[in-house]
This record gives sequence, structure tokens and C-alpha cells, in this order.
Amino acid sequence: MKKRVVCMLLAAFLALGALAGCGTGKDAGSSADSSAEEGKVINIYSWNDEFRERVEAVYPEVKETSKDGTVTTLKDGTEIHWIVNPNQDGVYQQKLDEALMKQADAAADDKVDIFLSETDYVNKYTDAEANAAMPLSELGIDPEKDLADQYSFTKVTASDVDGVQRASTWQCCPGLLVYRRDIAKDVFGTDDPEKVGEKVKDWETMKATAAELQAKGYFAFSSYADTFRLYGNSISESWVSPGESVIKVDQKIMDWVNDSKEWLDAGYLDKNIKGQWNDDWNKAMGSASKVFAFLFPAWGIDFTLKPNWDGDEGVWAVTNPPQEYNWGGSYVHACTGTDNPKHVKDIILAVTVDKDNLLKISKEYLDFTNTQSGMQEAAKDDKGYASDFLGGQNAFSYFAPVAENIEIAPLSAYDQGCVELIQNSFNDYFQGNVDFEKAKANFETAIKERYPDITEIQWPQ
Amino acid sequence: MKPKNKKIDYSKWGYLFILPFFVSFFIFSLIPLVDTIRYSFFEYYRSGIKEIGPNFIGLENYISLLGSDMLKYAGNTMILWIIGFIPQIVIALLLAEWFVDARLKIHGTQFFKVVIYLPNLIMASAFAMLFFTMFSTNGPINSILLSMGLTGKPIDFLGSVLGTRSLVGLMNFLMWFGNTTIMLMAAIMGISPDVFEAAELDGCNSVQRFFFITLPQIRPILAYTLITSIIGGLQMFDVPQILTNGQGTPDRTSMTLIMFLNSHLKSKNYGMAGALSVYLFVVSGILCFVVYRMTNNDDPDGSKAAAKKAKKQRRG
Repeated sequence: MKKRVVCMLLAAFLALGALAGCGTGKDAGSSADSSAEEGKVINIYSWNDEFRERVEAVYPEVKETSKDGTVTTLKDGTEIHWIVNPNQDGVYQQKLDEALMKQADAAADDKVDIFLSETDYVNKYTDAEANAAMPLSELGIDPEKDLADQYSFTKVTASDVDGVQRASTWQCCPGLLVYRRDIAKDVFGTDDPEKVGEKVKDWETMKATAAELQAKGYFAFSSYADTFRLYGNSISESWVSPGESVIKVDQKIMDWVNDSKEWLDAGYLDKNIKGQWNDDWNKAMGSASKVFAFLFPAWGIDFTLKPNWDGDEGVWAVTNPPQEYNWGGSYVHACTGTDNPKHVKDIILAVTVDKDNLLKISKEYLDFTNTQSGMQEAAKDDKGYASDFLGGQNAFSYFAPVAENIEIAPLSAYDQGCVELIQNSFNDYFQGNVDFEKAKANFETAIKERYPDITEIQWPQ
Repeated sequence: MKPKNKKIDYSKWGYLFILPFFVSFFIFSLIPLVDTIRYSFFEYYRSGIKEIGPNFIGLENYISLLGSDMLKYAGNTMILWIIGFIPQIVIALLLAEWFVDARLKIHGTQFFKVVIYLPNLIMASAFAMLFFTMFSTNGPINSILLSMGLTGKPIDFLGSVLGTRSLVGLMNFLMWFGNTTIMLMAAIMGISPDVFEAAELDGCNSVQRFFFITLPQIRPILAYTLITSIIGGLQMFDVPQILTNGQGTPDRTSMTLIMFLNSHLKSKNYGMAGALSVYLFVVSGILCFVVYRMTNNDDPDGSKAAAKKAKKQRRG
């Protein structure tokens, strides 16, 4: 009996040893050839097909993409593997974070090579200390020289605290005011973008216009969340200063709270629509809605407004917003530890820098792309960039001046939670469920739950 | 090693057959459980993509939880549970009594049993989504109320404390009353028909029969239903989470304990979430112990009083 047990134990150890041997052998082999030449697989993490479509459209090395869209083969036989996880509920970031944690130990072909991030959380990944995204200069891209034509605010956003650029983007998201021509005609007697633009040129005028709209039974905007980006992206100091654990709520945010409450109580906003990205909000973009305008960048018009609109084309038009703002933007990062630095560099240059490619993207996908000279040309080329959805209007002539005036708010790694939770907490205040002080207290509770390292919240006097 | 007896021992097969359960329990339940308790003594979370900890901090997580709004969320959880449980147990008792009563001769009992059980088969999250859409300010319920002239302007169900809590209660009631009915029916059918016959001969009416025979006889099952429902209620999560988008709106009045736990897990705060889980574990453990004691009385007909009586008789 004893012998048998000993035998079995020995056998088990032997098997374990053999397996362990296999593991280490494989690792050693693959890391050796990664230093010599490029790996065979490029792993790209993103949350939708947006980036894949653009790579397919403009990267000349692309040969074909498999039918399910998960693998793109390049002409030299290298495969791009697309790892797509939805952005909702932070799923994308969770999966990406897991992969980044394992990056150092992963086999060469399993390493993340490129990942994307959104403006709301780009700062988390450009962090110098975490060093998840490589500085572009290490890839051989000189931001000063190669990216000179990009809008400077996108370069600031993509840089860490020391000003080292760690990402590049093909799109730039200046926002406009998109309005219904039929409502404009009914209320103002004209739907001319120039004249409507005069009526919404700043917040004072906008408020008077909202009162005019309300008298005729229309809402100026759908919900209080619609205007948040205009205030929230013009804060003077970041939510959390680097190296600190204190949230400083900017005066601009409190202005948003006060103005939203005032507008909501006056009936300029639809009380039934609570926040964005919900069913009620989508319905507000339909033909039966009484909402006059939305505040959207290029992607919002194409990606959100258009699918929700059920009337004829050409009913919407764009004009200048009451305040210049930027909303969104997808940043492309080269991941530290990539085994395909040459390909990564080529892809980043092709999709985010090459002017001809960017203009092609603008034409095909209506993105407002990250090339100053190209966008100025587009603004003048009314024929080439006319949009049927906007009644033949060339939206680029409105986007371009906004883009030049954007001053991007300083970012921090806590932005996403702050933006989300401040809107949620003050929702109760807007609806009259709690008073102002209670809403503040609720925000403090919620934000400390989300970010355990936050110790204090400072409100403006 | 000479065989002492020639009896063939089959017990090793028994062990072999229960092995898969114990292995999977060990890997998927016991190790995570021990880990949860271990991490509850640590400061361990993520800030951005940087991992903080694990640093041993003793009971700090437990203390700071007591200082937080945890008890308020425990209160919310209990309120939400009670709103759902009271109608659930009343309706279930009534239905069970009617379905079992032979003299009522209800046709299609089987059909109704299936129908009342159906809501339980729908995923809670799908159910919550459905209610969210139906009761939204532009939803069908408001359209119906408006067109019937019952209300002048749309009612904001999910914007008020009463509305949200009632909806959560209603959903839990709808989902669980079928389950409870079937369990109580089994209990009532287990009562010896002799007792009912004797009562009838003595001129007992149906109300008396219900309160003086059925209820005392099914007490252990009722207690079991109550306790399992409390434990289930403690872990209430999916319905309010979906209905309020994880925010426990309005004013965090529909935030349950598990939703509170979940908001800690957004930052991978394993320490704090672990401590909260341990609190929940202790409470559930105590409740389980009560059920165990209740169902393990070696009594002939189930009730505690009867058990005591039986014991006395044996002694005497």
C-alpha cells in the first residue's frame, strides 16, 4: 500500500516537472525571437469597429479581413487580431487593464500591441508612472515634426504630466449646435444657420432664445446633461491635481448646476429626460419631439442623431454653439512591450498623421480629422463635403473655427467617475428630490466609493 | 498486508462519486471564500492602472464600513424586501389553500401553477428592463393613464422614493410568489386528511380550519420560507441595479447592500468589498443556523411544540 502511494506521488511530481519544463521552454524561445524580428500577431484592443474600419480604409498593407471581423491579414502575412469589448459599464477598461497587468509575462504573440482610449479616460493610460503606453518618440515618431499639422489640443490631451506625448488620434471632436430647421422657421421665421447662429452665440443670448422657444411650446435642449460638456470641458483646473488626493470641484461645474436648475425650472429643458444615452433621450431626437437643438460633435451627428431621426433628410442644420467645446475622441496608444514596433509605428502614422488618409476618412466617415490644413481646405470645399442629412450644408465650415478655439480642460485619471457621478448626484437635486447640500453630500459619498484614494472634496466658495 | 476480512468494500466508489463536487467546491467556493476574508484585512485596490497594496491594515476596513452609510443600505434592503415579501406570503397562502382544497374543485390547477411560476423563469435583469421601459415617463403605463384621463401629466414613477421602492417590491413579489405557493402547497398536502375530516365533522368553517389547522401545521415550512427569503433579500441586487442604473436613485434610497458592494468593486477595492462580504456572511450564517435548528427538530409532525411534547412523553 505504502509503495503504491509513493509511486503515485513520484509519478505526479514527474508529470508536474515535465509540464513546468514545457512552459518555461516555450517562453524562452518566443522572447528570444521577438528581439530579433517582428512578431507575427498584432493585438489591438478597442471597444468597437471604428478603428478597424479606418485601418482597412487607409492602411496600404491590409490584404483582407476575415468575415467575422476578428482577424485582418496584412500583405507580409502578419495578422492583426481585433479584441473588441464594449465600453458600457467599464467592461472595455476592465479587460484592457487585465491584459496590461499581464503584459510583461505574456508570450510575444499575446502581448497587447495597440490599444485605444477615449478622452474621458485617456489620462489613466498616458500616466508616466504606470507607463502602459509608450512615448511616441520611442517608436521613432517625432511629435514636434511629424505631428505638426495635428490640432495642438489633441497633442496636449495625449501627453503625460511631463509633456511626453503617448498617443495620437485621427479625430478631433469640436462640437456644434445641431437644430431642427422646421422649429427654427416656426419660432424665428428663418432657418438660416447664420441667423440662428446669432441667436445662440453665447449663454446670455441662448437663454433669451430658450424663452422664445418655450413660449411656443418647444424645449431648447433635451436634458441638463446635454450642456454639461460645454461647462465641464472648460474647467480651469483638473478635477484632481497630479499627486494629490483631493477633488476640487470647479466653479464652472457649479455654474452648470445652477444654470441647469434654473433652465429646468423655467421649462427650457424637458423634465422627463434624465441624462443621456437612454430611451427617452433617443426619442427626443425623433420627429415627434419638441426639442429644438442638440449639442454634438461630428460623431454625434452621424452616430447618434442620424439613427434616431425618423423624418426626412435635410431637416437638421448645424451652427456655432454658445461656447466652444470638445466632446470625445479616440486615442491610439502603442503598448509598452509590443513585439511589433515597426508595424505599430506604420499604423499610427497611416491612420492619424497622413493628410490624404485623414481627408479620405473625413469624406467616408464624416469624422472631423486631426489635420489643421486639411480641415481648412474641407471648410472651403462646400461641394466635396456637403451633407444630405444637413440639407446640403458643409458642416466642416462650422467645425473648423470651433476646433481652432478649443482650450481643452486639464485632465486627470479621475475624470470619468467625476463626470458621471456629479451628473447622477445632482439629478436628484434637479428633480427636486433632495436639496443642494444633500446632493453635494451624495456626490462625496459616491466618489469616495468609486475612488478609495480620494480623501477630500473641495467645493468652490 | 493480508486481508483481514473478505468483505468487499464499496465505500471507495462512494468517495469517488462525490469527489467532483468536493473538488469544484474547493476550487470555486472555498478558496475564494478564504481569500475574501483574507483580503478584508488589507488595503487593496486599484487607482487607474496602478495597484495599491495589499497592505495589512487590520480591522480598519470593518471600522470604516461601520462609519459609512452601510446601515442605511441595510435598512433599504430590508424595506425593499418587506414590500415584496408581505404580499408574496399572503397571496401564496391564499392560492395554496385554494388549490389544495378539494371541495372548491378548481379546474386547471396545473395550468395556473405553471402560469404563476412563469415570472420566476424570466431573468431578473430582463424583468427589470421591462419594468424600466413600461414605467418610464414616456412609457406605455403613462400613455394608458394619460389616455384614460386618470392623470393630467405623466407620473415620474422612477423619480420618487415611493414609486421606485414599490416597483422593486412588485417585481420581487411577481417573481417569487409562484415559487412560494408551490412550496406551501406541498406543505399543506402533507397534512393528514384525517385532521381535516375530523374538523369538518365538528362543524369547523373554512376560516377556522385555515387559522387553527393549516397554519399551525405548516409552521416549519413557513419559517423556512421566511428565512430563505430573508437571505435572498439580503442579497437583493439585480432588480434595483438594473431599474436604477446602479445608482440606487433617488437619493440612494433604493441602494441595497450588494449594490453598495458592487460600487466598491468598480475600483477593484477588494479590501473594503471583502469586509462588507464578511458582514453579510456572518448575518446569513446566523440565519442559516436558525433554519438548521428549526428543520432539525426530531419531531413527528414538524412543529416545535409537538417536538417538546414528544420528548416529555418519552421521558415520562
